[in-house]
Amino acid sequence: MKQPKFGIVVFPGSNCDHDAYYVTKKIFNCETEFLWHKDSDLKSSDIIILPGGFSYGDYLRTGAIARFSPIMESVINFAEKGGIVFGICNGFQILLEANLLPGTLLQNKSTKFVCKDVYLKVENIESLFTKNIFKNILKIPIAHGDGNYFIDEAGLIELKSNNQILFRYCDSNGLINETANPNGSIENIAGIMNIAGNVFGMMPHPERCSDEVLHSTDGQILFKTIIQNFIK
Amino acid sequence: MYKATIIIKRRKQILDPQGKAVEQGSKLLNLNNISNVRIGKFIELNVESATEAEAKVEVDKLCNKLLANLNIENYEFSLEKQ
Repeated sequence: MKQPKFGIVVFPGSNCDHDAYYVTKKIFNCETEFLWHKDSDLKSSDIIILPGGFSYGDYLRTGAIARFSPIMESVINFAEKGGIVFGICNGFQILLEANLLPGTLLQNKSTKFVCKDVYLKVENIESLFTKNIFKNILKIPIAHGDGNYFIDEAGLIELKSNNQILFRYCDSNGLINETANPNGSIENIAGIMNIAGNVFGMMPHPERCSDEVLHSTDGQILFKTIIQNFIK
Repeated sequence: MYKATIIIKRRKQILDPQGKAVEQGSKLLNLNNISNVRIGKFIELNVESATEAEAKVEVDKLCNKLLANLNIENYEFSLEKQ
């Protein structure tokens, strides 16, 4: 199969849309287009990225208003038909508000906005997003005030039994503990997917560590894995 | 027309870091009798409906779909004829 075409949704307040565009277009040479939130055409994209930022100023709740944008109706239809959707940070928050993924992102336990590199342990290596990933501890930055993943007990059991947890916050040795948890997320959850395995959300920003010039390229590993798994 | 007064509260078992921060702030004011601070949302709006029943359906739908996240919040509202 050919390289995937990426569609990057631009909401008012998105601020990582150009970073994501740069990675898929310039680093990986994949065809990439921006998708304006008021449009409904996904422009034949194979993979939709909901980028980071502060869509609609985070008013009401993070992602709550973006979820009703005209483009999101198309994204929801696309996802329900098996289309691949990847939400990063605010994009993850929007996917939760749109009920494409289970749970909620609450304010960080510390009440502080946290901006730093964190380590992530890859928990599931059978997904489209992580299959054949050649590193199981990734160093990727976070930058959020509302990244505290919450799900009720029944939901957590379901996430685990369906292997939907993809990443957990860990220390540099891969140990998952309270100290390595930057925001209070339940069981250190940093990224999950839906049961069908085509919708994926994570709080850390792989698009911010995908260029050699930044001396931090673990994000590139993740994008590369997604593209390779798509081609296969 | 009806005026709706909506209160959205975070469910009891959900952590409220903002409430905690305010509680700590009250200690700085030497107000040591303050506890269990929970911060929610208060929303007022008008709804053009002929009857209270219609207004109720509309406001309930808005709360369900947009104003409250039922994973973590509960809501209640009252209506007043204008």
